[in-house]
Amino acid sequence: MKLTFPHMGNTYIATKVLLDELGADYVIPPFNNRRALEIGTKYAPELACLPLKINLGNYIQAYGQGADTIMITGGCGPCRFGYYSEIERGILRDAGLEMDVIALEMPDGGPPELFSRIKRVTGGLNACRLAGAVRRAAQTSLLVDELERLTYRTRPRELLRGSTDRIYGNFRNDVLKAKGFEDVKRLIHDTADSLERLETDHTKIPLMVGIVGEIYTTIDSYTNMNIDMKLGNMGIEVHRAVTVSEWVFDHMLKKALHLPCDTAYIEAAKPYLGAMIGGHARETVGNAVLYAKRGFSGIVQIYPLGCMPEIVAQSILPSVERDHNIPILTLIIDEMTGEAGYMTRLEAFLDVLERRSEDVYAKL
Amino acid sequence: MVKVGIPRSLMYYLFFPMWKTFFEELGAEVVVSGPTTKKIMDDGVRACVDEACLALKVYFGHVLSLKDKVDFLFIPRLTSLSRNEYVCPKFGGLPDMIRSSIGGLPRIIDTELNLRRDKNGLLSAAMEIGGYFSTSSAAINLAYKKAVLCQREYSRFLRTGAYPTDILEKNLCDRKRDGSRLQIAVIGHCYNLYDSYINMGLLKKLERAGVSALTVEMMEEEDVNRKAAGISKRMFWYFGRKAVGTALCMLERQNVDGMLYVMAFGCGVDSFVCDYVERLVRNRSDMPFAVITLDEHTGEAGLDTRVEAFADMIRWRHGHEADFSTHGQHIYCDQGTAR
Repeated sequence: MKLTFPHMGNTYIATKVLLDELGADYVIPPFNNRRALEIGTKYAPELACLPLKINLGNYIQAYGQGADTIMITGGCGPCRFGYYSEIERGILRDAGLEMDVIALEMPDGGPPELFSRIKRVTGGLNACRLAGAVRRAAQTSLLVDELERLTYRTRPRELLRGSTDRIYGNFRNDVLKAKGFEDVKRLIHDTADSLERLETDHTKIPLMVGIVGEIYTTIDSYTNMNIDMKLGNMGIEVHRAVTVSEWVFDHMLKKALHLPCDTAYIEAAKPYLGAMIGGHARETVGNAVLYAKRGFSGIVQIYPLGCMPEIVAQSILPSVERDHNIPILTLIIDEMTGEAGYMTRLEAFLDVLERRSEDVYAKL
Repeated sequence: MVKVGIPRSLMYYLFFPMWKTFFEELGAEVVVSGPTTKKIMDDGVRACVDEACLALKVYFGHVLSLKDKVDFLFIPRLTSLSRNEYVCPKFGGLPDMIRSSIGGLPRIIDTELNLRRDKNGLLSAAMEIGGYFSTSSAAINLAYKKAVLCQREYSRFLRTGAYPTDILEKNLCDRKRDGSRLQIAVIGHCYNLYDSYINMGLLKKLERAGVSALTVEMMEEEDVNRKAAGISKRMFWYFGRKAVGTALCMLERQNVDGMLYVMAFGCGVDSFVCDYVERLVRNRSDMPFAVITLDEHTGEAGLDTRVEAFADMIRWRHGHEADFSTHGQHIYCDQGTAR
């Protein structure tokens, strides 16, 4: 059995650590690319959300490298992600690809069914080894997200444009060659050191922009056309509240252990969106309000075409914009999004933010 | 008398009798918006975000046409109508979307209906909604009981083959269901199927083409649920379960000639459910299957062509049993290996 898994931003690093620690045989698909999206679009339903399409492309490219089993997480709705495993299974079967899909989620059959699925991935159920591997993978996701936050701080301040991109780009490729938690941790620390040693402009106070929206498109750089890098290179410090480590710790672990989770965004969203309606709609609205209260200059909402919860959030954000006097730009991604148009809108948005901040300084 | 407005859209087609009875029992006057028109659709399209599905845009149009005529607008938050299922995120966020997009609204009754984990969710919601009109729990309870009885009667009537609009628009007609007509399963959300403006009179077109439509509302709940429970992962959408269960029931019946899936552009749930149902039908049978996608661009000639062609193709197949298709295989078998 040769495992593979879908790409979503840097999740491949934590997943790699998990599978290395479990000694599993796996293949990491090529990083999200044009070809993967084309393949996925060909096989997926036309109106399916983009993450499904690009993930299909990942699997089919991994199949070409010998993968025969797919490992993904699942859900119970209302977001479509919970049904990805079933749709993908049907598409791959009808396309003639012999690939098994293992969904790691709580099935109706309860814990016994989940354990049997986990056993298929791990090849046995040594609870200690599994717990250790999961802990290390979770720690990895925390470290990777911290590293990413560091790049968000260094990029707008670096004196030599492109330094952060170069160091970070090398890291994303070098980590593929690392094996196991200790190796990966060392590489993360070395990369963080290189970034901290970069020459930066200490006097610069960059504008702050918050990124909200659907989790996949906000996290995955290929899908969002590297918006965090683009904004950083234009002198903006970005912040993304919804991260994989936050999802793993807050939503999965804390909820499973019945520990109190961070609910600031829920309170902030209440006047605008009073209930959990699926996906990250409440996070989008709540974090937009929190960013506004923290004095951010602007907010960018990103989501894939057709994403139901984000459509609800999008229709609510104008109220947040009005009440908190903060510009909000919405960017919608599908397989036909043209980068030039996207950049134009982003640049125009930044012009607005810069002019507003100049007006504020002029009045002081 | 206090006026409560109910937009003639979305779940109106399934649950109006219940809520009309409920509000009237509590002494309110129920006001419904008129049938969908071009103005309603255009106003709704302008007020709503572009990416929303057509039915939602039409709903916005209905709210706009109704808001100045009533004291209350009934826009409940429909999180879940059934155990362990959701309806759709947009239904869960509907009152919030309306509030953020439309000004000058009267008071909105936005009580949440959530039956996902709580089978008494409907009663508790009714008690809260009733509180807007009466302080007597006994009166609200009585109104609820009468409303539920009325709804049961309505559902029973739908199962005999009537369309919701026959009853809601007081247009009972003796629909021809003789053997000469093609029996086609027509699967689609009620708000797409029964709003004849949205679907450009699809049901009438089907009738003129000699088709008797079998819809999800005409099915027995137990049969649908039994079939839907047999798939590898439970569908966690209310309509998804009904669509899959209905499709599986239809595959078992001897006299169903074909299946039509009516979906709306931008419907997230349908994007998956339609794909799932199509694969199911094509892998298990050679039943003719077609998809019609609706959006706000009118192209009635195209719809006419598709409906007529589909019906003609089925009749042609019946009349030419001995002819073998040159194609010979299901399209999915021919997809070939992926690169």
